[in-house]
Amino acid sequence: MCDKMNRGLQITLNGDRLEVAGPLTVSELLNRLEIDARRVAVEHNLVVLKRAAFGETLVRDGDQVEIVNFVGGG
Amino acid sequence: MTPDSFTIAGKTFTSRLLVGTGKYNSPAVMVKAHEASGAEMITVAVRRVNISDRSKESLLDYIDTSKYTLLPNTAGCYTADEAIRTARLGREAGLSNWVKLEVIGDERTLFPDNEALLEATRVLVREGFVVLPYTTDDPVVCRKLEEAGAAAVMPLGAPIGSGLGIQNANNIRIIREFSRVPVIVDAGVGTASDAALAMELGADAVLMNTAIAGAQDPIAMAEAMKLAVQAGRLAYLAGRIPRKMYANASSPVEGLVGR
Repeated sequence: MCDKMNRGLQITLNGDRLEVAGPLTVSELLNRLEIDARRVAVEHNLVVLKRAAFGETLVRDGDQVEIVNFVGGG
Repeated sequence: MTPDSFTIAGKTFTSRLLVGTGKYNSPAVMVKAHEASGAEMITVAVRRVNISDRSKESLLDYIDTSKYTLLPNTAGCYTADEAIRTARLGREAGLSNWVKLEVIGDERTLFPDNEALLEATRVLVREGFVVLPYTTDDPVVCRKLEEAGAAAVMPLGAPIGSGLGIQNANNIRIIREFSRVPVIVDAGVGTASDAALAMELGADAVLMNTAIAGAQDPIAMAEAMKLAVQAGRLAYLAGRIPRKMYANASSPVEGLVGR
């Protein structure tokens, strides 16, 4: 877990502060949160990511991440 | 008889009833209500995933996306920017460029902010979205939305969730007359006769959520709405008789016994 390269990243996830061990990609973040990537959309620093880009997008210290899904609505 | 269908942005629908996914007591009831409604297009909302409680099942577990077209909405957005952001997220979550565009202008009535709605429509149309804007029942606003590239216009019948029915029938009729894109009456339906009236006025379709989800028996109400939309559409096509002030006997006035 505490790899020498790992350090705590402070990110804002869905409006809340979160510390995660990094470096990590959006895909890895979703895995760590046990979120099925096929069911969500992700906004990274106000840019909506294509699903194919999850694996290559790095989450950095101070980043803002929004993870959304569909819920009931009219 | 050829099936009576309507087309939005090249996609053809035979059901003229669009339904929502909100406010149901259970997913099982929702699934059955959707089936009973015969709807082909279903609205969903875009919200943050609950990070602390991942136990909740996904709405998409209960919607057969091979059967239904998903229509993500931007409900709850109060600025063009928020709505645009939400629409972009909805596109990635649903892998479809269709959006029910809402930009709300007032908390108590949930009436749209038409100025922001027009702005958001222009931006999203430029980005390749099929935009279905929820708007007031104002023929001039509907015309501007159409000019901005909206694929349909969705005037309200009454405030969202109010169940008051069509408050300004004449405006809906005028909007239908003016529009070259489909007109979908969105919001305000309370019961089957409201849906039938919307269709009799010439609406191409009706969108509702609360009227079905909030009914005592949502599954029965969904079927009632399906039939009402069909009946209203048929009556519209059949062409109703003109209204008259006084009676006009249906039986012959000659040959009466004893005269």
